[in-house]
Amino acid sequence: MATAFGNENTVARGGRGDALGRWIGRHPIAALIIAIVAIFALWLVLAPWPAGFEDVFGKKRIFINAIFNGITLGGLYFLVATGFTLIFGLMRNVNLAHGSLYLFGGYMGYEAGEWTGSWLFSYVIAFICCAVVGIAMQFFIFRRMEGQDLRQTLVTLGLSIVFSDLMVWVWGGNAIQIDTPDYLLGPVATPIVVALKSSGEAVFLQYPLVRLVIFVAAVLIGLGMWLALHRTRIGVMIRAGVDDRDMLSVLGYRVQLLFVLVFAFGAGLAGMAGIVGGTFQSISLGEDSHFLLASLQVVIVGGMGSIPGAALGALIIGCAEQIGLVYFQNYATVLTFLIMVIVLALRPRGLLGRT
Amino acid sequence: MALVQTTGVAPPGVHDLQRSGALSRWATRHAPILILGVVLLILPAIANDFILVQVVGWAMILGIIALSLMFLAGYGGMVSLAQMTVAGVSGYMITVFGASSLPTISLFWPWWVAAPIAIALGVAFGTLTGVLSSRTEGIYTIMITLAIAAAFFYLTLQNWPIFNGFAGFTTIPAPVAFGINWKHPVPLYYLILFFAALSYLAVAYISRAPFGLALQGVRDNPRRMEAIGYNVTAHRVAAYAFAALIASTGGILMVWLNNQISPGSAGIEATIDLLIIAVVGGLGHPIGAFIGAIIYVVLRTFALDTLVAVGLDGRRFQTLIGLCFLLIVLFSPDGVIGLWRRFAAHMRASGSRSGF
Repeated sequence: MATAFGNENTVARGGRGDALGRWIGRHPIAALIIAIVAIFALWLVLAPWPAGFEDVFGKKRIFINAIFNGITLGGLYFLVATGFTLIFGLMRNVNLAHGSLYLFGGYMGYEAGEWTGSWLFSYVIAFICCAVVGIAMQFFIFRRMEGQDLRQTLVTLGLSIVFSDLMVWVWGGNAIQIDTPDYLLGPVATPIVVALKSSGEAVFLQYPLVRLVIFVAAVLIGLGMWLALHRTRIGVMIRAGVDDRDMLSVLGYRVQLLFVLVFAFGAGLAGMAGIVGGTFQSISLGEDSHFLLASLQVVIVGGMGSIPGAALGALIIGCAEQIGLVYFQNYATVLTFLIMVIVLALRPRGLLGRT
Repeated sequence: MALVQTTGVAPPGVHDLQRSGALSRWATRHAPILILGVVLLILPAIANDFILVQVVGWAMILGIIALSLMFLAGYGGMVSLAQMTVAGVSGYMITVFGASSLPTISLFWPWWVAAPIAIALGVAFGTLTGVLSSRTEGIYTIMITLAIAAAFFYLTLQNWPIFNGFAGFTTIPAPVAFGINWKHPVPLYYLILFFAALSYLAVAYISRAPFGLALQGVRDNPRRMEAIGYNVTAHRVAAYAFAALIASTGGILMVWLNNQISPGSAGIEATIDLLIIAVVGGLGHPIGAFIGAIIYVVLRTFALDTLVAVGLDGRRFQTLIGLCFLLIVLFSPDGVIGLWRRFAAHMRASGSRSGF
């Protein structure tokens, strides 16, 4: 059994390696440029910067911090955007209330945390609350207007207005910060050299543990979703539905049940991301549109309806935002906007979207 | 042959009669619009300055900008959420090139230089939006244009050298031209009315011109239009450019009326409100944009007091707007115009039944 699996793996890996080789063979210059950029990026992160370099680009600590913030923010964006992209891919529903679900999850998680004192438990509560709202939305509203893309989107827009006003009513306009639990509090040393002391001793980067842990969790969730999509029956159904939902329903699968499940899962993920956002930054009025915008950008850049695309897009947008904030404060959004423009110009359906 | 002869020998009086018959038919068909036009023309004699500028004037400006959205969505099938942003771009540019209370940023060029530049930049921005979003179709347009609108909002919020951050610009004088100070309520009202009527007529004309008809063809079946030999993308981008021209004009008027512009003027909320206006009014007819705008402005101006008067919390105004919008979308997808058409058809049907 084990050998059989092993064989399968090597075959798969061999096949992928061939594909990579063929791609390099077809685009030698592009491959060379990518390799050089990758090596340069690795050098930027790992090696201490020479003095002249720091004069131009500023302190390395600031750069590395921006990269780390960007990557961890990308993890958060990934959590929000996967739900968005799944719902869009399967149901063709641009859920403009996704940001509201994020905010709602954050508030519910905050309440649960205050009530029970457990940070981890609040994730469960946020997931369940948002999933229930998602199920209600799909079951009572969107099921009745299937195939009418524009009308569904307009309804989600109306819902987002009502939701955000109701949330202001309950929680007010002040920002709420969710406390980091004690066991994740404080910075941790990373093996990355940011500077050399005059004695030649290396200074290592200190980074908040909670952000690293959450990033790892986001990666694990992403991998779990990838496995679920590619190794389980429901995953096969979802992928088939993204390709052709009418055919799937003709084949006798219960597409409506699938829709409700995916909506619940996507909404629940957005809710959990709300707690992450509340711990990273804070949750307040206006964060719903911020994270709706982030999801839109991630999905546009990464590819509409694709989960690996959401991961790639989240990383790109997260890093671009943080680097923009550090290096060109007045034009930070222009950077993400430019990335979006370039991607749309070259690949209208996104980097990993199907054309 | 006989037909030609009879018309040929018909006395001139009959011809005049026919024409006046056509005129009266035209007048009855367009009676609501004509009555509305007359009322709007004599409104300064009846209404006070607040109603004139802050209610009707503001509604007409929102109507102009919503009209550009209606044109794109109704005739082109492209729901662009970036139209408020186009208005915002030209609004910001008129303050940057024209006058404001910030001499460090504003260039204080005269209005007849600043306004064309602002409109040109607005049109350029709108056309760029069109180029980007017409590479994809349908529901993608909403996502891309909303992302563009939101990106512009955050840019104005963060950027101090050009957009002066969250403070924006204040005390922006409307121009003095032809010896009239266009900042006074009545001249400002007529200025807005003129551009509202102009853009309404332009949209009504274009919707029947070859370009507009081709655009509607592109909306209904892009592949077939492509096969006939129309350049689908060019038609879409041209529609964006025309809509941007209207929206930019509205943006400049918006700045002159409000006397200020800040990120919120073209923010995400304003963008969404504009979509609400267009959808509530109805995307099927140019007048829908103005109907939606007047409903929105009246609600915005008076609902707060009304809510408080009937013992409800006036701060829940957004919920009221959202619920009204949901009701319209759920029960009358073609907006108030659709409600009116169905009502009119119902009356006609019952009228003809009673006639028998």
